[in-house]
Amino acid sequence: MTKNIYPILIESLQVVTVLVASPVLVGWIRVLKCWSQGRSSAGVFQPFRDISKLFIKETVLAENASWIFRAAPYIVFGATVMAGAIIPVISVDLPLSATADIIALVALFAIARFFLALAGLDTGTAFGGMGSSREMMVASLAEPAMLMSIFTVSLVNSSTSLSQMALVLTSNPVVLRPSLAFALLAFVLIAIAETGRIPVDNPATHLELTMIHEAMILEYSGRHLALLEWANMMKLFLFATIGIACFFPWGIALRDNTGMLPAAFILLAVKLALIGVFIVVVETMLAKMRVFRVPEFLGSAFLFATLGMLSYFILE
Amino acid sequence: MLAHSPLGLATASIVILLATAAIAPILSGRQKFLISFSFITTAFASLVALFAGYAAVTGGGAESLTLPIGLPDLPFYLRFDPLSGFFVTIVALLGFIVSVYSIGYVKAFVGHRSVTRLVVFYCLFMAGMLLVLLSDDAYFFMISWELMAVSSYFLVCFEDDHAQNRRAAFLYLLIAHIGAVFILLSFGLMAGFAKGFENFSGYSFSAMRGSHIPEGWATVAFLMAFFGFAAKAGVVPLHAWLPEAHPAAPSNVSALMSGVMLKTAVYGIIRVGFDLLHSSDWRWGGVVLVFGLVSAVMGILYALMQNDLKRLLAYSSVEHIGIILVCVGLAMIFKSFGMGLLASLALMAGLYHCLNHAMFKGLLFMGAGAVLHATHERSMEGMGGLVHKLKWTAPLFLVGCLSISGLPPFNGFISEWLTFQSFLLSPALPSPLLNLLIPLGAALVALTGALAARCFIKVYGVTFLGHWRGEHDTVVHEALWPMRIGMLLAAISCLALGVLPTFVIGWLDIIPETLLAAKISTSASASGWLWLTPVAAERASYSAPIIFIGILVIFAAVYLVFHSRTTPVRRAPLWDCGLGKFTNRMQYNSTSFSMPTRRIYGFLFNIKETVKYGSNRYLTMLNNRVLYHLRIRDRLWNICYQPFSDASFWLARRVGKLQHGRIQIYLLYSFLTLIALLVFT
Repeated sequence: MTKNIYPILIESLQVVTVLVASPVLVGWIRVLKCWSQGRSSAGVFQPFRDISKLFIKETVLAENASWIFRAAPYIVFGATVMAGAIIPVISVDLPLSATADIIALVALFAIARFFLALAGLDTGTAFGGMGSSREMMVASLAEPAMLMSIFTVSLVNSSTSLSQMALVLTSNPVVLRPSLAFALLAFVLIAIAETGRIPVDNPATHLELTMIHEAMILEYSGRHLALLEWANMMKLFLFATIGIACFFPWGIALRDNTGMLPAAFILLAVKLALIGVFIVVVETMLAKMRVFRVPEFLGSAFLFATLGMLSYFILE
Repeated sequence: MLAHSPLGLATASIVILLATAAIAPILSGRQKFLISFSFITTAFASLVALFAGYAAVTGGGAESLTLPIGLPDLPFYLRFDPLSGFFVTIVALLGFIVSVYSIGYVKAFVGHRSVTRLVVFYCLFMAGMLLVLLSDDAYFFMISWELMAVSSYFLVCFEDDHAQNRRAAFLYLLIAHIGAVFILLSFGLMAGFAKGFENFSGYSFSAMRGSHIPEGWATVAFLMAFFGFAAKAGVVPLHAWLPEAHPAAPSNVSALMSGVMLKTAVYGIIRVGFDLLHSSDWRWGGVVLVFGLVSAVMGILYALMQNDLKRLLAYSSVEHIGIILVCVGLAMIFKSFGMGLLASLALMAGLYHCLNHAMFKGLLFMGAGAVLHATHERSMEGMGGLVHKLKWTAPLFLVGCLSISGLPPFNGFISEWLTFQSFLLSPALPSPLLNLLIPLGAALVALTGALAARCFIKVYGVTFLGHWRGEHDTVVHEALWPMRIGMLLAAISCLALGVLPTFVIGWLDIIPETLLAAKISTSASASGWLWLTPVAAERASYSAPIIFIGILVIFAAVYLVFHSRTTPVRRAPLWDCGLGKFTNRMQYNSTSFSMPTRRIYGFLFNIKETVKYGSNRYLTMLNNRVLYHLRIRDRLWNICYQPFSDASFWLARRVGKLQHGRIQIYLLYSFLTLIALLVFT
């Protein structure tokens, strides 16, 4: 009985962590950005205040918004939470890790993106269509590159289950593999594109013609917007944790080892803080690219990932 | 003897179809009764064939029958083994669904033109496809192949008052016959090596199976058969007929052609490659893999450029046939290196994708038929806002779009997952060329999956969402009840195939076992029926029912937690930047949505885009008219088809010089021929 309870407890603890820690991560990034630009920030917990403010506000829908527009925020949020339940954030001992592997994980993000793009087209404004078109352009190049990068890691660890990958990487001695190095480089480029950070998309822009992700959610308000913003923060958090699980999994609690959990939390916080610093450095030093330079950017990520896979087949 | 066996049921189904085709002209006076009667009987015949196919696969054995029809000493051989049984199941399942759909769809033609021709050739087409799958000798195979091709020709040019339909049907028939010639040559080669070139009895498949062909000739036979079947399957570069023929045909016929007729060609490739020729050379698999990859990528890129809904769906079929051939090619490669388990996994992925594609493409074509029936518009550029008016078609079409984009919990994801697993489980193979090809193959398959999602967001978004983009408001009414039921059945099959993959794999596993002597169902259901674990549970595992239930539970939980009944929802006009006058032409439509694709991948096509600005005569600084012209041409038409067309006309003109029209010259020809025959024999 106790043996069956622990995985379920860890699973629920992980979902709660994902829900609570993602606004903290986004808040930390904003604080660092303000600090690097010499401004005073609103604090690490400001995203929580933003989301709770949006939940209270009135929801306004366009006159011709259909049921797809109304259902999309719930679907996007649900798919992202489900993805959060599969990635080994604090422990590999997840009962849901056998139900979906990394390919299903990418497909869950794809479901979220599909419905968001449909919602953008649903309103019938020019901005929504523009956002959907650009988002799908980015996705149609980023998704295959992400799959290739993850495939390379799965070839090295001979499994496509993320928990198994983390387990294998921690149990083997630390070796520098060229395939993993290429895959890491590709993954960093893809994560920047998929989560909509500079240099692909500016998350803080107010100019509609420069938006990719925000243009799709321009017509949303109230609780729908709260769910979508929260889902976007969770997406950034989850991409960071996928990167950690695939490439730097040391510190994640192993199977049947609940004593490691506090240390796992602390190490996770440290790693995410470092990732936040890295993101802020990239965002401060680079400028946003023109939209039609993004295919070159993602094409090079695709190339790196394929090179990683090739180097696995040829060298290892 | 025949009544209860699967082969008996299948022949009964074919007899019912042929009888309906014969009776239909008699009833042509009462068109509505003809439609109901004939499509109900074809639906019944399809159900019978479905039972037959299901029983054949479950039974596992092969039944044979010899019909004394045919030439003297050359009877027709029929054989029903699990491979035929699986493809008969696909034909019968989609045939049943489309027949139910047709009861409503064909009623739209009553009053405009006579549907007798449609009914007769529909029954002959279904019968032809079933006969192709049952035939066990080259002669009967070619007769059934011709029956299938010619009856579909008449179906494609059903609306023959439009010149482009006639042209499309001619192109289709031409390429089908070029393919048929190559198939015939390949069979001739195999038959000759079976029993010698003087003896006719080598034409039966059982003789070909037992024969031993030298390595080089076997490669020639396989390549000719592949070329012939690829012409029918719509593999690039022989795909030019697909985007012409599928839009020209009525939508129920397009659903059948795209869903099952292309699969008969895949059946042919599998039959020749694995069963008749015992593929042992990895280069055959390499050829199939390369053509599959090229078709997959080019197919989806062509599809992204289209504005006509049915043409887009036709090009998307090219893409999926490419993916099926990628799996078949991988299976051949693994088999040639003796890796039975991996070969059976790859073949299983290919077969599963055949079934999935039939279901979701049938659903999409039926939905397109409903939309065309409601709006009388072919091009997506004139549609929009239909999600409010077509309350049944819109959700069902969405199911089709989700399935084809490979999203869980629908069926497209399962075959995509199995394909990726078979790529990832491939170890380093002895040939360096293959070690290069496998990662590139995985990369290109991933790219086509992402591009397919983009394409179908465009399709759904532009057709159903937003405002109506046409110039005139049209009265749009929902499809008739049989059409809705047909689409609903297809949607339910998509969901069922996606949620219960272990059962489907367990049912299908007899096919890789007979062809490759390895089965994956023992490892696939090793952790129970809930988890699909192709090789080992640690390697990869996917539980479709749990994901489905999880999705439902999480969405319900999120909705219940966050949906508020106290905070009201207010409806307001759209945000138009304060301009005030918002027209339906300001939306994104199909051309604008695919603009990034044209910019990135445009070098593969022949694109000419011109923009001309016009303005008021007095206020020349303010542009109020824009003339936009876009022309996209297929480069392969100029490279592969135009030269052959020009060459054949040139040759015909040279040969035409022999005809002078003067009888003296013709008598001279006869005299010279007589002299030649007397001298040389």
